[in-house]
Amino acid sequence: MAKVRLMQGNQACAIGAIAAGVRFFAGYPITPSTEIAEILAEKLPAVGGKFIQMEDEIASMGAVLGASLTGVKSITATSGPGFSLKQELIGYAAMAEIPVVIVNVQRLGPSTGKPTAPAQGDVMQARWGTHGDHGVIALSPSSVRECFDLTVKAVNFSERFRMPVILLLDEVIGHMREGVEIPEVSQIKIENRKQPIVGPEEYEAYRPDSDGVPPMAAFGSGYRYHITGLVHDYHGMPSESDELTEELIDRLHSKIERVKDEITLYDEEFIDDAEVVVIAFGASARVAIDAVKAAREQGVKAGLLKLITIWPFPSEVVSKVGQKAQKIIVPEMNYGQLVGEIERYIPREKVISVRRYDGGLFKPEQILEAIVAAGGERV
Amino acid sequence: MMATQKYLRCSTLPHIWCPGCGNGIILAAIVRAIDRLGLDSKKTVIVSGIGCSSRASGYMNFDTIHTAHGRALTFATGIKLAKPELNVIVITGDGDATAIGGNHFIHAARRNVDITTIIFNNSIYGMTGGQYSPLTPAGSKATTAPFGHIERPFDIAALAAAAGAVYVARSTAFHAALTTDLVVKGIESKGFAVIDAITQCPISYGRRNKMGSAVDMMTWQRDNAVFAQAAARMQPEELKGKFIIGELFQTQAPEYTAEYEKIIALAQKGEKKK
Repeated sequence: MAKVRLMQGNQACAIGAIAAGVRFFAGYPITPSTEIAEILAEKLPAVGGKFIQMEDEIASMGAVLGASLTGVKSITATSGPGFSLKQELIGYAAMAEIPVVIVNVQRLGPSTGKPTAPAQGDVMQARWGTHGDHGVIALSPSSVRECFDLTVKAVNFSERFRMPVILLLDEVIGHMREGVEIPEVSQIKIENRKQPIVGPEEYEAYRPDSDGVPPMAAFGSGYRYHITGLVHDYHGMPSESDELTEELIDRLHSKIERVKDEITLYDEEFIDDAEVVVIAFGASARVAIDAVKAAREQGVKAGLLKLITIWPFPSEVVSKVGQKAQKIIVPEMNYGQLVGEIERYIPREKVISVRRYDGGLFKPEQILEAIVAAGGERV
Repeated sequence: MMATQKYLRCSTLPHIWCPGCGNGIILAAIVRAIDRLGLDSKKTVIVSGIGCSSRASGYMNFDTIHTAHGRALTFATGIKLAKPELNVIVITGDGDATAIGGNHFIHAARRNVDITTIIFNNSIYGMTGGQYSPLTPAGSKATTAPFGHIERPFDIAALAAAAGAVYVARSTAFHAALTTDLVVKGIESKGFAVIDAITQCPISYGRRNKMGSAVDMMTWQRDNAVFAQAAARMQPEELKGKFIIGELFQTQAPEYTAEYEKIIALAQKGEKKK
């Protein structure tokens, strides 16, 4: 049986990365994510992996992409200010379809903000931080165990769909310590990027298979192909064709939209008869469950929809909850980001936004108050 | 087969460079160097940034990547560290390498990763139409310096040497054979090597600065370049207005990826470096 160990979220993230097969990390120090770098600096060489601290956030993003091109699974970790700097090459990874995982342990912004108070203010930066249009996968854990599991998932998704995948932690989840049972390596499902089944002569680096994802040859494996951030044809060569442009941008979205059900991860608690449903993620969801239980004790039929996959936005799951529930409470540690997205799928009059943007973690009472008020309103 | 045909993706030609541009000469010098060294084309990666120079990677028949503006060295560092057995060559321009990529340039040199960087130095941002770069000489005209440029240019060679590069050399498009020789030496050097390859941009730089045709600009390269050996015997006043070509700086230093292999060996024995 796996041993229970006391560890913090950032640590679970680092060992999750190694368990997922990551063998390259490049990063730049920034609180509250630095433990991930520190742990991997020590652990990676022991498994034959490589760690490098680069000169800045942009460089660390470039280095992980370079390493990934050679077939080595790669990860970087940062916080909001660094995440902003990385956006340039996150866009590059989306366009050139290079698997990589970016961990963003969120802190309060904008700018240097309040180092390093917890916040969930990068929901929209995760979705729209780059210029131009492309699909995005962002996952958000709310426990230390989930930090481990979702790091593995994020690496798997990045490999399977050939794209950058964002792991949105927050300072609370990153630094919180819990006793966790880490699964045996044999129990973990590992996915690897598809390799070409044709030889170098026939290989077209950007011709998608029926799943919308092109097989990816490693640099140095004899395939000799070109990669660019420009719009490109199936050979990876620059193209100005309008048709190819539209096809490419469509595919950068459709390759994940077509399997959205499969990549939409969420948990439901007390949802079956719930009249007031809290929709939350990350640290807020962790607090919300206590509030939901307390509301039930006071006679309000409350439930929780915990979003784990934040992007692509789980619109079907949210719509379904919105149709049944009388009121929806959306607590988030920002000025109101996720709530706007929820209101695209649930009528605004049902939705109540509960915000905290002072750098503090929600208290259960704060969410409970909103649930009870909403429950009372209904009665 | 000519080296140029063997190592270029001929189906991608003609190239996008303007008539008279020197970039093709530098590109040809690089592939001749690769040919002379007999590098395995399956184990050689060409990494470029953004700009006129950086389009060269697409024409070359290796694993090639045209990265983002200024970032070629960051990708190259990841590639080389992840797979030290690969030969990694970076093609960049003066703006790409020393303005937007300046921080990466000095740190790649300091780290001494085994990467050979060839800077296609045309003194200007050509692709965007002639704005000044950190290598534009003071007094020159540029679209963004219509009254004359008031900034001093970097001396790339001195910058690279000070930052830690183990091999630094300079050549020109006119001195094509020398350029090949220097790229060969750069690739052979164990560590970070820089070749400052001066090239003419008759359209976006030469025309605005009344430097004449591409031939006139190459004649200028011939007439103003002084070989390092000759320069060593000349007085400072004799070198005024001239620039020095050839091997400018060489040293030896521990190479990063080789040092990292030692870290792996220590970690796998369960020891920390004393």
